[in-house]
Amino acid sequence: MLAEIGLGALWLAASLAGLQLLAGSFGLTKGGEGLAGIVRPVAIMQGVLVALAFAALIMVFVTTDLSVKLVAENSHSAKPLIYKIAGAWGNHEGSMLLWVTVMGLAGAFVALVERRLPENTMLATLAGQAFVSLGFYAFLLFASNPFVRMSPVPDEGAGLNPLLQDPGLAFHPPTLYVGYVGLSIAFSFAIGALVTRQVGPDFARAMRPWVLGAWVFLTMGITAGSYWAYYVLGWGGWWFWDPVENASLMPWLAATALLHSCGVLAARNALRAWTVMLGVVAFSMSMVGTFLVRSGILTSVHAFAVDPKRGSFILILLAIYIGGALTLFALRAATVTEGERFAITSREGALVFNNVMLSSILGITLLGTLYPLVTEAMGLKVSVGPPYFNPTSALFAMPMFVVLMVGPLLRWRRDRMARVGWVVALPLGLTLAGVVVGYAMGVRHVLPLLALAIAPGVVVASVLPLRGRNLLRAPLSLWGMVVAHLGLGVALFGMGCDSAFTAERLVALRVGEQSQVGPWSVRLDSVSPVAGPNWTAMEGVLKVRYANGAAQTITPHSRSFWVPPQTMAVSALLTRWNGQLYTVLGEETDGKVGTGRWQLRLWWKPFVPMIWLGGLLVALGGALALLSRVMQDLKRRTARTKGDERRARVAQLEQA
Amino acid sequence: MMAGDEKPRAPRWTLWLPLALFGLFVVLVVVGLVRPKDTTIESHMIGKPLPVFALRAAADGRPGVATTDLATGKPQLLNIFASWCIPCRAEAPVLGELAAKGVVINGIAIRDRREDLATFLKDLGNPYQRIGADDVSSVQLAIGSAGVPETFVIDGKGVIRYQHIGDIRPDQIPLILQKLKEAEQ
Amino acid sequence: MAIKAKHQRLVLVGVAVVALIGAALLAIWGLRNQASYFYVPTDILAKPPEADRGVRLGGMVARGSMKTAEDGVTVNFVVTDGKASVPVRFAGIRPALFVEGSGVVAEGRFQNGTFVADNLLAKHDEKYVPREMQHMTAEQARQTVAETQ
Repeated sequence: MLAEIGLGALWLAASLAGLQLLAGSFGLTKGGEGLAGIVRPVAIMQGVLVALAFAALIMVFVTTDLSVKLVAENSHSAKPLIYKIAGAWGNHEGSMLLWVTVMGLAGAFVALVERRLPENTMLATLAGQAFVSLGFYAFLLFASNPFVRMSPVPDEGAGLNPLLQDPGLAFHPPTLYVGYVGLSIAFSFAIGALVTRQVGPDFARAMRPWVLGAWVFLTMGITAGSYWAYYVLGWGGWWFWDPVENASLMPWLAATALLHSCGVLAARNALRAWTVMLGVVAFSMSMVGTFLVRSGILTSVHAFAVDPKRGSFILILLAIYIGGALTLFALRAATVTEGERFAITSREGALVFNNVMLSSILGITLLGTLYPLVTEAMGLKVSVGPPYFNPTSALFAMPMFVVLMVGPLLRWRRDRMARVGWVVALPLGLTLAGVVVGYAMGVRHVLPLLALAIAPGVVVASVLPLRGRNLLRAPLSLWGMVVAHLGLGVALFGMGCDSAFTAERLVALRVGEQSQVGPWSVRLDSVSPVAGPNWTAMEGVLKVRYANGAAQTITPHSRSFWVPPQTMAVSALLTRWNGQLYTVLGEETDGKVGTGRWQLRLWWKPFVPMIWLGGLLVALGGALALLSRVMQDLKRRTARTKGDERRARVAQLEQA
Repeated sequence: MMAGDEKPRAPRWTLWLPLALFGLFVVLVVVGLVRPKDTTIESHMIGKPLPVFALRAAADGRPGVATTDLATGKPQLLNIFASWCIPCRAEAPVLGELAAKGVVINGIAIRDRREDLATFLKDLGNPYQRIGADDVSSVQLAIGSAGVPETFVIDGKGVIRYQHIGDIRPDQIPLILQKLKEAEQ
Repeated sequence: MAIKAKHQRLVLVGVAVVALIGAALLAIWGLRNQASYFYVPTDILAKPPEADRGVRLGGMVARGSMKTAEDGVTVNFVVTDGKASVPVRFAGIRPALFVEGSGVVAEGRFQNGTFVADNLLAKHDEKYVPREMQHMTAEQARQTVAETQ
């Protein structure tokens, strides 16, 4: 029954999206004004219905209704509740439903609260949002229906990929999705503004909180995803530049650029066309990334499993939406004049530099991700990895960080370096000193050396804008920027330390034997079988000691899952203030049970948690900025209501 | 404020650049989608005789499978499957159809439990003439199969002629029949 | 009033264009040099890559070829594509499904006739993805992508 309710709600929501598109478009024409009034309520209703459909899917998973095919294929009655819920979006159909749910809810939210823009731009925006949603509704209903029943009903479900049975991961995809799809609001705003040709500070101010919100979620999602890859994959790395990671990085880069150009547009009415363009590009990158991952076009090992129909469907959607938006941009952007001017040495100048660098990194990432496709078309199989991505992206990121030290201190419109000279000298000096110190400490590789040198500079420079201010009275948005930039510096320091100072050891130990990695001594105390709710494992007990400190116990194991049968190594980590010990248990080397030596892979990674701490700080900074925007908006609204009331009272008094 | 017409502006055509780049992207992925992919690694056993093995029966009412059962002068199918494997469920009716056409199908159940397998055969039909139990995947690996389901075409002399990776879809029945026919020569 | 407004904008546009073109050129140069190519044993013997170049080697692990060295962590085996065979050396934790007779992709360098692998990617897990489920979640895809190419 639940599945049918969900499917019904989904169809209703899709029809409402159609209505929203029609009413919104006709509302813009002469004579159609009557329809304009229903657009907002329809958008809200659509959001409610699609949320209902998603809730139905979660309930179907919670009750493990095996007559629903999706549940049978992805769940199992023996699974812990949290993974049953996560199972709802841990598959293609469910995640597409999550996608349209976020889209519908975001549209409803915009319809509910956004009052700053002229009404016709709002109509065009909501119509645009409905237009984009419609395509994804169609994809869901015709090509990936999550509510399909199956007969005969199997006795038991197939389970969930053990890699997905991890608490951090259960909530990582939804976080990313809120970020990806949240950018659709910026996309719709950009379309609305292009249609009505109203691009100005108001547009930027209205769009900014939405971009900020999506960006905060993206940042958290990427940070969490990176940590997941770090401790689940057991390779000790935290970023692999694989297409899935790039798919999340590219929208983030575009959204970061958009955030900064929004600032310029809101404050100075400059970079108009560029900002609109980024609004289109950011969500386009979300869609392109999702397409590349979902179509199987970049994941070629299970070749027989690729269903070209689905890939083509998303591709057609992409062609319509991105192609349409870019055509609209080409036709209309010329009438969106470039706005105010500024000198190169100015806040705007620095932000433009930031935008150009971010766009370059975006371009490099996109090219690297697509390159295997290009060569495959010519019959060559290649894979592009860190040796390409690291230096090319750093070449643009490092100058950007240097400008970041200076930019926030500059004035809008025009400034002189002499004015900020001595303040800027501090972080820049630190950076130069960092290079010397790092080299003296034996860091010889260029990238880690640069990262370690620039990081302290960024950290110091990030708090400089607070200089001379009353910390309690400094605006929240300023704090947001400070915290986000500080987070970047912290993360950069973690990355530098990881690549410069990591110690790695691969050993085969008998029980009772000891090894050394960095300042740690590690003894293998025992290896014994253990059992969990749906797995069994060989568990190694390690007694580890930092320098001459007290012994601690950690237990890496290698886990075998029953449903589906699969083995995976579960690393064990020990975190100190100055880094992490990372251990992975391999197999018995000689193959003979009880006699052999056990493979152990050990890493000592100084300050590596800083990477994710920094990521969280960046997200926190975004959240602070978002909070400040929302509070300003509320204050303005209350002020306006009060003013209206006062005027009404005066009018009443005058009449009396 | 300065008058707008004084401003040097990027030429109009640059505004179409993003669209052009996106067009390139679309062309590229269309090529990628259309081009057939063949990246699975085939068994190096193709063209070689089956390794020697003898598996005990995995289900009641059907004998186990041994190498000698597969060299009977007539081409046969050897299907690697398991009751815990979802694609195998999808494949079961297709195998039933092949069996109805008179094809001899032998099964090897990988790491399966007797009662699960019995339920599987009861629910989805039993197209197999023989089913061997391979509890440690030893035969599976020996014949160069890396997953389930996979289907091998064995000719009358017990030589592996074709390996089908993944489930046999309804539209692939003619392909399998064709391979069986080729194996007769 | 240092620079005329007109010129300022031109300089900005110029910087942007130079950076973007630079990025494109850099990307092309980087891709030509850094992309790692995929070989099967026949190809790698016919046209061996330079010894310091990172490449991938794919094939089946020949039966009976796997030997663990004295140190307990280095393993030697032979990868074959049915026509040619290449000896591979690898030190590290082997993926769970890495066994003789299975498919493997090794990442590393081809030096003096031996492939020195930094990383092994087992080709399949035991569960094939059927058509209906083939659009994997991001995380499964992450895994698969790591296993492919």
